[in-house]
Amino acid sequence: MAHLRRWPAWALVAAYPVYASLGPSRAALHLDHFEQPGEKRFISIPTEAGVTDDLLLDVQGLKVEFPTLRGTIHALQGVTFQLHRRETLGLAGETGCGKSVTALAILRLISPPGRISQGRILFEGRDLLAASEAEMRGLRGSQISMILQEPRMALNPVIRVGEQVAETLLVHNRTLSRRAAKDRAVEMLATLGIPDPQQMARRHPHELSGGMAQRVMIAMMLVTRPKLLIADEPTSALDVTIQAQILELIKALKREINTAVLLITHDLGVMAETCDRVAVMYAGIVVEQGSVKTVLKRPRHPYTQGLLRTIPNDMPPDQPLFSIRGQVPSLLQPPTGCAFAPRCDRAMPECAQTVPPRYALEPDHHVACFLYRGGTANRHDAKSAR
Amino acid sequence: MITESAPPALDLTEARRRRAEARWRYLEDTYVLWRRNRLMVLGTAIILGLILIAALAPLLATHNPYEQILNDRLFGPSATHCFGTDSLGRDIFSRVVYGARVTLTIALLVAAISTPLGMLIGIVAGYLGGVLDEILMRLADVFLAFPRLILAIAFAAALGPGVENAIIAIAIAHWPSYARLARAETLNVKNNDYIQAMRVLGAGKARIMAGHILPLTLSSIIVRMSLDMGTIILTAAGLGFLGLGAQPPMPEWGLMVSDGRQFLVDQWWVSTLPGLAILVVVMGFNLLGDGIRDVLDPRQRQA
Repeated sequence: MAHLRRWPAWALVAAYPVYASLGPSRAALHLDHFEQPGEKRFISIPTEAGVTDDLLLDVQGLKVEFPTLRGTIHALQGVTFQLHRRETLGLAGETGCGKSVTALAILRLISPPGRISQGRILFEGRDLLAASEAEMRGLRGSQISMILQEPRMALNPVIRVGEQVAETLLVHNRTLSRRAAKDRAVEMLATLGIPDPQQMARRHPHELSGGMAQRVMIAMMLVTRPKLLIADEPTSALDVTIQAQILELIKALKREINTAVLLITHDLGVMAETCDRVAVMYAGIVVEQGSVKTVLKRPRHPYTQGLLRTIPNDMPPDQPLFSIRGQVPSLLQPPTGCAFAPRCDRAMPECAQTVPPRYALEPDHHVACFLYRGGTANRHDAKSAR
Repeated sequence: MITESAPPALDLTEARRRRAEARWRYLEDTYVLWRRNRLMVLGTAIILGLILIAALAPLLATHNPYEQILNDRLFGPSATHCFGTDSLGRDIFSRVVYGARVTLTIALLVAAISTPLGMLIGIVAGYLGGVLDEILMRLADVFLAFPRLILAIAFAAALGPGVENAIIAIAIAHWPSYARLARAETLNVKNNDYIQAMRVLGAGKARIMAGHILPLTLSSIIVRMSLDMGTIILTAAGLGFLGLGAQPPMPEWGLMVSDGRQFLVDQWWVSTLPGLAILVVVMGFNLLGDGIRDVLDPRQRQA
């Protein structure tokens, strides 16, 4: 939880220009790819098989605060998004916009004094914020799992990796023998394409490469076949070739065990290749949500539009790179209206006054911006908006 | 299943061979470090010697350590009694040999009681934090505020004399330092990602503490314990000397030193020889403890 304690630092880091967070993008975004029919590398659009209307996770107006000496940090200011069974939803946004906090809030692992102050998290129709701690422990790891950013930091250095994978099973099944759990752990490692899994299971984490460690981590989180996998920047700490392998692996496993994935990333290239739908976050709010094709091809929110313009795609060599002017607002005193208004070229007077509700442009394309008032406002969101 | 994402196949037998080789090299390095540290070699020899003497006491002893031959009282070192005899005509050498058993038993039992107790308290305080941490640590502070020997004397006096009570008293005096150490290690690791990962997996607090934090605190506790052995033996001897520990006629070294006090000027051997045994063993444990700390330090291996 160290990264939460460093929240004030995050706020500073977040002041970086937008393109800084896009710098490590491993592939410039080629939107043309979406036009090519039968291009297998890119994941289905929402109408294709595999994506249903079956709602798995429904986050509504989620607010999270961290009291600090300098005041309360409003890390999430009403996050709303939906995730369906078996789909991959990308949660995109720059550093410090609240992606990881959202993930931890879903697992109810925000460490005190941080707290969820408002909102609802419905998992299969059940409100997780009303569940008891014991119920949450039952869900974590068995129904909802999460891959952490730094694979090597996420493995206990003094415990053999096979035992760490087996531990997940043992946590959730008290009748399972240690022997049987280890056998299943080795099987899982084999499924992840790890050579000589028997031998690998006996190693300690320091004997693994970063890519291998991430595979072990994934094995640990998926061995129970959860319904929802949260992947918090699973590839940020890995080099480019391993990144591609791990993403392929997550995609393949997702098909194999029918899990839904919430992929947190600041890398739009990764997102375009992996996700069915996207939610774009800015300063603790989801500003735009829709299918990956719609959002990347026809972004509507001025922030999303700016974000996509920052990608150095087919740029002449001596052109200056585009960046969104201004800085991310302080989460200590968030602006009263739309958080993006101070940086927005199309801001209107009312943008500084009230927080825009979510407007539905299409059945599956929501934008929190007054420019789209013509669309039908989602009543629930309008009510819960700050 | 997902073969295309696997790295190029390795020669597995070759990989295994290399791993076995690496393990062997680690042991070799450990041996070299041990050999290079002369004092540690000495400490190891002393402690191994102590264990051997304790195990083979019946074979090494020349006399029955309890047998009193009143005609042979206070004989100086000679061919028959190589350490001489005490005021009741008992053979001091045989008593020192059997005393090794007493000393070793006390040291091991104290470690077996105070270490788990200290670790339990330290890990619980460190991991759960809050009010519980405050209470447990203030309690530890109270214990640490007194010199260990004084505290052990107080508890031994309260519990009544006897070697069992001495063991309990010394254990009570020793747990706070292990608790402090375990708590410090726990605070050090509890915010790590791998502990967070266990929470993500739905592991409960007890499971995280016992299965994932305890193994991480173990190495520093072991080093501390080996360094503490000397102090434990010294405290036990001190209690014996003061009449609060082992009771006569038990061949306990501290008690023997105390017995010889009144003859110190004319029959120096009665007190001095058991005293030297204490000195040598305490030094042995300290040298060994220091050495273990150095050998476990990975920085030493780079040279």
